Amino acid sequence: MKPDILPHAHGGRPATASDLLRKRFLKVLIALIMLTAILFLTGLSAGSTWLNPLEVMRHLAGAGSGEHAFVIDTLRMPRMLLAMLAGAALGAAGLIMQGVVRNPLGSPDVVGVTGGASVAAVFFITYLAGSVSLRWLPAAAIAGAAVASALVYALAWKKGVTPVRLVLVGIGIAACMGALTTMMIVMGDNYSTSSAYLWMTGSVYGATKSDVLSLLPWVALLIPLSVLFSRASGILELGDETATGLGVRVQLHRLVMLAISVSLAGAAVAFAGGIGFVGLIAPHMARKLVGRSFAYLVPVSALLGSLIVALADVVARTAFLPMDIPAGVLVSGIGAPFFIYLLYRNRHQ
Amino acid sequence: MTHLFSRVWAKWMGLVLSMLLFLAAFAASLAFGQTPIALESVWDALFHYDKSVQEHVIITTSRLSRSAIAAAIGASLAIAGSLLQALTKNALASPSTFGINSGAIFFIVAGAAFFSVSSMVQYMWIAFVGAAVAALMVYVLGSSGRGGMSPMKFVLAGAAITALFVAMTQGVLVTDEQSLESVLFWLAGSVAGRSVEMLLPILPFMAGGWLAALFMSHSVNILTSGEEVAKGLGQRTIWVKSAMIAIIVLLAGGSVSVGGAIGFIGLIIPHIARGLVGIDYRWIIPYCALLGASLLLLADIAARFVIMPQEMPIGVMTALIGTPFFIYLARRRAGRT
Repeated sequence: MKPDILPHAHGGRPATASDLLRKRFLKVLIALIMLTAILFLTGLSAGSTWLNPLEVMRHLAGAGSGEHAFVIDTLRMPRMLLAMLAGAALGAAGLIMQGVVRNPLGSPDVVGVTGGASVAAVFFITYLAGSVSLRWLPAAAIAGAAVASALVYALAWKKGVTPVRLVLVGIGIAACMGALTTMMIVMGDNYSTSSAYLWMTGSVYGATKSDVLSLLPWVALLIPLSVLFSRASGILELGDETATGLGVRVQLHRLVMLAISVSLAGAAVAFAGGIGFVGLIAPHMARKLVGRSFAYLVPVSALLGSLIVALADVVARTAFLPMDIPAGVLVSGIGAPFFIYLLYRNRHQ
Repeated sequence: MTHLFSRVWAKWMGLVLSMLLFLAAFAASLAFGQTPIALESVWDALFHYDKSVQEHVIITTSRLSRSAIAAAIGASLAIAGSLLQALTKNALASPSTFGINSGAIFFIVAGAAFFSVSSMVQYMWIAFVGAAVAALMVYVLGSSGRGGMSPMKFVLAGAAITALFVAMTQGVLVTDEQSLESVLFWLAGSVAGRSVEMLLPILPFMAGGWLAALFMSHSVNILTSGEEVAKGLGQRTIWVKSAMIAIIVLLAGGSVSVGGAIGFIGLIIPHIARGLVGIDYRWIIPYCALLGASLLLLADIAARFVIMPQEMPIGVMTALIGTPFFIYLARRRAGRT
């Protein structure tokens, strides 16, 4: 685009394409933050007993009567926050992974990260749940995700790691992890079978404050960290040779970004279970909204991810009362068809 | 491409050897298990049946149907895999990696949960529909768009479609625990505990698929030499491709409706067959049938022993054998492109 045909920004300087993009980014960001706030308030109000949103706001401001403190603070708030944090982590993890493998279909679920977490979690549920406290389940899931991704990285290594090899090896490992999970589920007793399934589908049911506080640092540290690397990530999308020529240490950068993505996805999956498709959908939507700049995409993708999961959970626990459907069912029920539509729309890109 | 049997007589000899391997695997799968049975008793049970002998009863009631099912599924999946690899020009193609198996499974699970389907014939038709839906989705996603068919696009589309159907299957099962119990063995993939009656309604479709694949093998040869060449030789490529997809759906869907998710047979065997006889599908198809049946029979025997006294689901067994192979191929191909 030629700068001189663009409208002029204030100050007389001709507006460049990047000015317009930044403006657009800020608009989108503000809109998403407002949507998140509205959803947050709705989520705290909605449930088996409907609370007046004004009442909820008064309570949040510390001026409430305190009669709903238990419902808001203990039941609804942690669940809402955990859904949002997990969604944000998954959205950002998917975006980073897609950048690393240079393909819009890359995501932690497709390349085996979620599969590794599932193996560890189902192993824990089937064989250890009787003797070890359930508090250690998230740690087991993170360890599983880490081991699986280390395996993928090591097996894809051949004088460096290329995106194509990473994806293909990841798909193989994902299939193997799926088989191991199935084996444990089939051989376990009925009770552990259904709780393993519940975990794999993904649910934020029964979230506690300490869950939220354990997930928060991952999200609060890793997402800003990934923005710091955005310049190199943008260059890397041009191809390995170009990036090397421009002074990017391709292999090192790829490893770091992969580690960030895996940690985010592993942490989210550890607390919310195997919620799928967020890492595939959120980045797509983000690209539609703010273009291709990595620094803009990270926050937008994270916000969209948190909106998706939180909305799914609010609907899942209110629309089917008295049933409380796992949020993961709704996410994949709506996310999967939408994902196919996106694939079809974007097939020329 | 170098291959082992380059002369015609060598290919015939290889075919005879594969046949012998298949017969040996079949006999072994009758003889080995929780109760080891001597080969003479196996022979007697088949040809001089005496229902007062316990071993004969074990063979005819449980082992024979199990071996027959394993052989039929192994042959079907291997042939389906070879056609899929020819169709998509992709070395990593197979009914399991391209989501066709998971599509069939999702449809079966949904049918059992929402429409209380319970007869074998209904399962079979539902599995065909599911396999067809998944196959078309992967084919459209993988081949449309700029740049035409690219190997990477196909594999990713397959993985995404697999993830899609697996997630939806989990969604159904988590909301409907009752059906979870009844469909669990489909999910894991197993050839145990099934009677011959389960195989019989599907066998005509499978056999039809095998024969159709064999009859089409010459057209497949022409198609694999390139779209332009095929059109230049007067082939209506769209019809050949449609017929190939139909056979793949028939074989993969039929296999899933009897045995559930058994993966990687359709990936490994076509590579072995090509390594033996080269790129001629008139040879590849029969080799695939015999070797696929043998591999699944052997995997089933191994599944009975690895974690005695329990049995490992055969789908897990094939995945554990298949994953290293898949990764080997992935490393090799990705190194070339």
